[in-house]
Amino acid sequence: MAHRILTQNWFKPGYNTIEGYKKEGGFSSLRRVLAMKPDEVIEAVKVSNLRGRGGAGFPTGLKWSFVPKDSPKPKYLCVNADESEPGTYKDRVLMEQDPFSLMEGIAIASWALGVHTAYIYIRGEFLEQAEILQKAIADCYAEGIFGKSILDSGHRLDVYVHRGAGAYICGEETGLLNSLEGGKGWPRLKPPFPAVSGLFGCPTVVNNVETIATLPTIFRIGPKEYASLGAEKSGGTRLVCVSGHVNKPGVYEIPMNLTFWDLIHDEKWCGGIPGGRKVKAVIPGGSSAPVLTAEELHVAAEYEALKVKDNMAGSGAVIVMDETTCMVRAAWRISKFYAEESCGQCTPCREGTPWMERILRKIEEGHGEPKDLELLVSVARAIAPYPPIGLGTTICALGDAAAVPVQAFVMKFRHEFEQHIREHRCPFPHPFGQLAEEVVRQ
Amino acid sequence: MAAPFTAEQQRRFDEEMEKILARFPEDRKRAAVLPALHLVQDMLGWIPEEAMVEVARKCETTPEQVREVATFYVMYFLEPKGKHVIDVCTNISCSLRGAEKLLAHLQEKLGVELGETTADGLFTLREFECMGACGNAPVLQVDSRFHMDMTLEKADRLIESLRAQAAEKK
Repeated sequence: MAHRILTQNWFKPGYNTIEGYKKEGGFSSLRRVLAMKPDEVIEAVKVSNLRGRGGAGFPTGLKWSFVPKDSPKPKYLCVNADESEPGTYKDRVLMEQDPFSLMEGIAIASWALGVHTAYIYIRGEFLEQAEILQKAIADCYAEGIFGKSILDSGHRLDVYVHRGAGAYICGEETGLLNSLEGGKGWPRLKPPFPAVSGLFGCPTVVNNVETIATLPTIFRIGPKEYASLGAEKSGGTRLVCVSGHVNKPGVYEIPMNLTFWDLIHDEKWCGGIPGGRKVKAVIPGGSSAPVLTAEELHVAAEYEALKVKDNMAGSGAVIVMDETTCMVRAAWRISKFYAEESCGQCTPCREGTPWMERILRKIEEGHGEPKDLELLVSVARAIAPYPPIGLGTTICALGDAAAVPVQAFVMKFRHEFEQHIREHRCPFPHPFGQLAEEVVRQ
Repeated sequence: MAAPFTAEQQRRFDEEMEKILARFPEDRKRAAVLPALHLVQDMLGWIPEEAMVEVARKCETTPEQVREVATFYVMYFLEPKGKHVIDVCTNISCSLRGAEKLLAHLQEKLGVELGETTADGLFTLREFECMGACGNAPVLQVDSRFHMDMTLEKADRLIESLRAQAAEKK
């Protein structure tokens, strides 16, 4: 196994209790950080080259540095545990296996940012995980990690769990803030950015679970060492969560230079495709990311390496489809999700996402006409033309997330779409692949 | 308008709401709307109009605003549901491992259409979007608790055990 600095204690009995966490040296990073000046902590996070693990990959230290120092208003930290990007489950496993790294990370961030109140916004479906966090928070109060004076530093910190109620859009950071304020999760126009005007109109940092839970590691091994383990602009290791047609799906801590090909095929990682079948397509970073063909899999699963290929590391969700999978069916199912989850605020996304879903269903069900493919692409382009990523016409990136994968599927697997239209049927006996047939009958 | 709660429920509602409201600034009580709606659903099984008025009063906002929130999120039930809610994920990762078959099997076994409740009031069956357990696909949730690596046989056993539990309570 490659160098593990984040997950080395996962699945060890007792590690997810506060006693177990302390036994492995837990909270020593927090002690170290409390002896530093807040500015030094922010600087160290910059040096570490830690990038946000929620999807956008924004440098964490830089995000923190946007918080005004002289604001008379209270500042807030919101931990984004609204993990909802299809294929993504690393934060759930992290919260189950290592809740105290998240707690320690929250305390570290609160010191660096001058925050006295932190909210963990967790998706409503994670009921058991919310209970785990609730218990971990109570333990931290009891041990003086949270409360009136954390580890006798004089720094006050209160931490609360806040459950969502089923809406993908609340993972978008400003949608999250509106939801936390008690409204529907409609994203906000930026600027102002949350660092300046976020929760309750106050300076706010919103960070992903994995991002925050990585902080203790950075201060344990040192920010320079952390940076050196990664790529030029992406420090450390990262978590990916693999699903679909592989022998060993799961959460893996990978080095930044690992290619998708090796991740999928190597015995050390996912151990290949069931039945010895060949890989056809891989979604590299959650269902919003453009699909990769088998030939494109020799790219490193790292932010910059993917960016130059007009792709994205996204949320670390790697979805693998073997040669028996229908690409039209896959594109349709993904598109159905975005049609369901569009929040309804912006016209191109509200109207365009169900339209794309209807055209894709029509083609998959064998009623497609030659002109439908051009129509599909033109609807997608009206929401967000691809490539590159990021040209969306909507307030938030959900429009891009819906439109980009559709264009990528058509661009890279056009022959399959054309075959459906020509033959007036789906040519695949099992559109989600042979494995979908087998696995539930075991 | 009839009171949504019994005296006992009202007491619990008041008590819990006090704790929830303490998490937010004094002048930001509206932030408690989502937790308040979860609480109502926990007590009543769903969220009647009268309870929204009660939530609005506590959170110093309007019933219209509470209604807007209650209708935006899929976890809130605006009409009575079955004793158990079964949500089956059919998003891409689960479908690649047989979720469509699992859902069709459950529909047949329970004899309901999607979104419907069985005649005995025991189960509401829904198709659901990604739940974040894709490495153990296919997955479903019963009352927001995970059941992973599902097979048709495991689904049968799950339904039987829930039925047996309900029969025992009678």
